[in-house]
Amino acid sequence: MPNSATINDEQVEILINDVLEQYGYDFTGYSRASLKRRLLRLFGLDKQVSFAEFRYKINNDSLYFKRFVEQITVNVTEMFRDPGFYKALRDKVLPNLGTYPFIRIWLAGCSTGEEAYSMAIVLKELNLLNKSLIYATDINPTVLEKAAQGMFPISQMKQYSENYIASGGIKDFSSYYAANYSLAKFDNDLKEKMIFSTHNLVSDYSFNEFQLILCRNVLIYFDRELQFKVLQLFDNSLDNLGYLALGSKETTDFSPISKRYKRLETEKIWRKIQS
Amino acid sequence: MKGCKAFIIGGSAGSLDVLLKVLPAIDIEIAFPIIIVVHRKQGTDSLLSDLLSSKTQLRVKEIEEKELILPRTVYVVPSDYHLLIEKDFTFSFDYSEKVNYSRPSIDVTFQSAAEVYTNKLVCLLLSGSNADGVNGLITVKNYGGEIAVQDPSSAQVDYMPAQAIERANVDRVLRIEEMAAYINALS
Repeated sequence: MPNSATINDEQVEILINDVLEQYGYDFTGYSRASLKRRLLRLFGLDKQVSFAEFRYKINNDSLYFKRFVEQITVNVTEMFRDPGFYKALRDKVLPNLGTYPFIRIWLAGCSTGEEAYSMAIVLKELNLLNKSLIYATDINPTVLEKAAQGMFPISQMKQYSENYIASGGIKDFSSYYAANYSLAKFDNDLKEKMIFSTHNLVSDYSFNEFQLILCRNVLIYFDRELQFKVLQLFDNSLDNLGYLALGSKETTDFSPISKRYKRLETEKIWRKIQS
Repeated sequence: MKGCKAFIIGGSAGSLDVLLKVLPAIDIEIAFPIIIVVHRKQGTDSLLSDLLSSKTQLRVKEIEEKELILPRTVYVVPSDYHLLIEKDFTFSFDYSEKVNYSRPSIDVTFQSAAEVYTNKLVCLLLSGSNADGVNGLITVKNYGGEIAVQDPSSAQVDYMPAQAIERANVDRVLRIEEMAAYINALS
């Protein structure tokens, strides 16, 4: 049978209970297959030898718990990911919102900030950045510190530049950053309109009214019940006629809020049509 | 094996041809789902399921997250997500780091399915140019499942199945024309 130096399903539940009681982080609504995979990955990465020691460290070492949260949640992201999505933002959604005096945008689960900077670039090119505010939130404080720095690996820039062009960008992408050894430091004016803050979608409440909410590839880690709860939170936080954008494999279908939303044809973007 | 609960096919370079040849001969009354995890370029999702559905009377569909897994259905994994199987027999996706330079990774799906279907799982690894899937096959075998590979001599790119034969205790080595009969007999 499978080797013993591992974590079984029962132990996954024990850890979920521990971190809820000890730290108030609620992972009970997370999809188990992915969560277990992340736990096993961390267990292996840190060369843990037994479940008991792993559990003890999580419960008694708050610095290690910080690492735990960082590693358990998925923080893979990129700039202008799914160029077609950014094209729809550029051509349809943002010009529409541009008629408003002020645009508040919530990037929920912003991770290391690649989407926030992509958004700021599009807003700037549409001359909307000065009247916008981007609230970028994540459960994980460590990634927010990174996001606030606005520095990304220079090795990624070729891919990001291609994404940017495919999304309808017409400038020289390299005009937005300065090369700094192995990092690309993005212009400070892009982050003048960004506010970074921790926010836990599972346990925290609505904190403002927005015209656009983006939450891409976060709901896939939640079970249906938690997905519905979070969609309700977004609904409570979105102005009438505001837009909700999800990841390419996520949907409002099946959820109680779906009847108030109308999807833009091709991308995973919905408009709130009644409050 | 009899009473198979899930059949998963992994493949990379050179595997599409095999799928197109094998699918038409699959019995439409098979008592299990067929789940296809192939490496491919981003953004070509509907193309592949359309192409496959033109070759079979079975229902072919692009997987939706949290969807309940049903028999007599061919499920195609979308590009750029790992595919996991939940204990309640639903699919879920994961956008975490690539594994073996791949997302979807065949290893990830094989390993996840092994925990759920244990000794009622059958996995087949086709043509390909890296070793993604081999570790997954070993896990499937450890859980009592059955593992098969394409005969490397019939594969467009033999590296993937050859690695599997070398490192995993493979139950069956199949030529393309043997695959459909093998799959049909698993019900």
